[in-house]
Amino acid sequence: MKMKTLVMAASVAALAAGGAWAEEGKVKVGMITTLSGGGAGLGIDVRDGFMLAAKMAGNENLEVVIEDDQRKPEIAVQLADKMIQSEKVDVMTGIIWSNLAMAVVPAATAQGKFYLSPNAGPSALAGKGCNKLYFNVAWQNDNLHEAAGAYANDAGYKNTFMLAPNYPAGKDALTGYKRTYKGEAAGEVYTDLGQTDYAAQIAQIRASGADSVFFFLPGGMGISFLKQYANSGVDLPVVGPAFSFDQGILQAVGEAALGIKNASQWNKDLDNEANKEFVAAFQEEYDRLPSLYASQGYDTANLLLSAMDKADVSDEDAFQAALKEADFASVRGKFSFGNNQHPIQDYYVREVVKEGDVYTNKLVGPSLTDHADAYAADCKM
Amino acid sequence: MSLILLIEQVLNGVQSGIMLFLMAAGLTLIFGVMGLINLAHGSLYMVGAFAAAAVAAATGSFLLALVAALAAAALAGCLIEMTVIRRLYDRDHLDQVLATFALILIFSEGTRFLFGSFPLFLDIPSALSGPVMLPGGIQYPLYRLVIIGVGLAIAAGLFLLIARTRIGIQIRAGEADREMIAALGVDIAKLYTLIFALGAALAGLAGALVGAIQSVQVGMGEPVLILAFVVIVIGGIGSIKGALIGALLVGLTDTLGSVLLPLLFANFMEASAATSVGSSLASMSIYILMAGVLLFKPTGLFGEA
Repeated sequence: MKMKTLVMAASVAALAAGGAWAEEGKVKVGMITTLSGGGAGLGIDVRDGFMLAAKMAGNENLEVVIEDDQRKPEIAVQLADKMIQSEKVDVMTGIIWSNLAMAVVPAATAQGKFYLSPNAGPSALAGKGCNKLYFNVAWQNDNLHEAAGAYANDAGYKNTFMLAPNYPAGKDALTGYKRTYKGEAAGEVYTDLGQTDYAAQIAQIRASGADSVFFFLPGGMGISFLKQYANSGVDLPVVGPAFSFDQGILQAVGEAALGIKNASQWNKDLDNEANKEFVAAFQEEYDRLPSLYASQGYDTANLLLSAMDKADVSDEDAFQAALKEADFASVRGKFSFGNNQHPIQDYYVREVVKEGDVYTNKLVGPSLTDHADAYAADCKM
Repeated sequence: MSLILLIEQVLNGVQSGIMLFLMAAGLTLIFGVMGLINLAHGSLYMVGAFAAAAVAAATGSFLLALVAALAAAALAGCLIEMTVIRRLYDRDHLDQVLATFALILIFSEGTRFLFGSFPLFLDIPSALSGPVMLPGGIQYPLYRLVIIGVGLAIAAGLFLLIARTRIGIQIRAGEADREMIAALGVDIAKLYTLIFALGAALAGLAGALVGAIQSVQVGMGEPVLILAFVVIVIGGIGSIKGALIGALLVGLTDTLGSVLLPLLFANFMEASAATSVGSSLASMSIYILMAGVLLFKPTGLFGEA
């Protein structure tokens, strides 16, 4: 807490000073993320992971300004304008949601600002719309679903019922799953975004004759679905991306999630030094287990710090080259950027388990190795 | 589609309608009697769910959790009625919308301040968990049947309260002519607080009942609030009977629409396009229903001009 307050105070002071001009070696980061409203848990985790890495590095040249977008695109756009025009930030980061990223990122890169995405990875920015100032440090949106599909093949599922909300990321989810999954579709259903009652869909699953269920329902939607599914008497195996089984959500789902396999690029028991250090430091600092989102925020900050050691942010080409080297110890182990500056990394299968009183994930095994995204070929860079 | 699946979906529609009724009943009473648009009604639903989750976590008893939900929502209702809402009765609807919207923000941030940003856990009591076998071989979750039962009992209780008791007479009189009943010596301020607390308690109860099968999180009330407004517009403002019929209509249309429309389109379209078009149309179906009702009955099914 103390650290956060200090940083906040520093940012406020900087604001009061009327936008200090960039000095040699200094990098000013503008973080726009979701800190209030329904999706706040994700933004808070990204922020905490990022600030933890900044604190551990102790680099005085790094200055961070944090603002809350309330998950609203119009507010994110206003904040971005303010950060670029009056705060004169060099690098932007923090956005969680793809629709907000699409509203902010193209404008920011057009004005010569670097953007490092700690979460959202819309396909439009990975293919034709790739940009040399835009780096994605998390994944392209389809990736975790592709990893879930690869797992479904390994598990021998032949007839999956698929479920996702009716919005672009939901359609990407089914596309991603079907890209790797080789079996039949027992049914494909798009639900309303923000839907809370899944009784109708669960009845369809029961009647469909499926042998497995794939779902992408982020946030509260996933909590509702899993609780209702567990209580319905349908006991087909469920598989999905990590978003519905994340540390912040699992405690609210409880027993209903136990044993479910999900796909992720990270887990807290991933065996590498950087990850052990991160998990221990995060628990020490914030007194809770880190989530996927916290790990992405942490990696984003470390990527930025590694580039700051090599180049000055005012030299755009040199700084871009330094970022692209990805010369930092990622908590995911292996990490590099493809030609479209999206990750090439391994994906894993995790299983929800109970450790003491806490529901969490355990690593089961690899799903996809050295996996890039399907849009990289469209990127002319 | 088999008959069993259809019956199961009808049950699902009835159950979601009953939950909507608990929200809409309070909203329609408050609007009908006091002429107040209360956007913060969804926040009272959230207060109920959070109170239930907190008490269930502390005591392990679902029954105590329900009592806590009723009490907390009623208390929150009394509090905002006496401090804020009371000043709004004579103002126009725009002022009411602004002030109660501010209350939504205050409740949301207050809840986050108290409980944090992560969703809370609230589960069905073990006695009510799992499915039961209905006649005809339909497997249906017991808890949802209980919700239907509780909702119908509350609907019956409300009808009796309004039709047969002294308070009911005062409520109906207040709806018809508030100056007159004030002149007859009824303490109108107290009556309003009471109605507001009653509406709030119903919303809180709905929040707790639904919270057990959904996600207890900040902002959970707003999507339900929108549906509840659709319900009272369809049913006719101020009518409890209208709220019940409207809620069932909305619940059934929503549930059956999302199941049947994609199937309908699959008859003459390619599968994935049918899913996409059908789902999009299904999410519009209740608004089309509302527009249809308003076309033929501009005051709603049971509303008076």
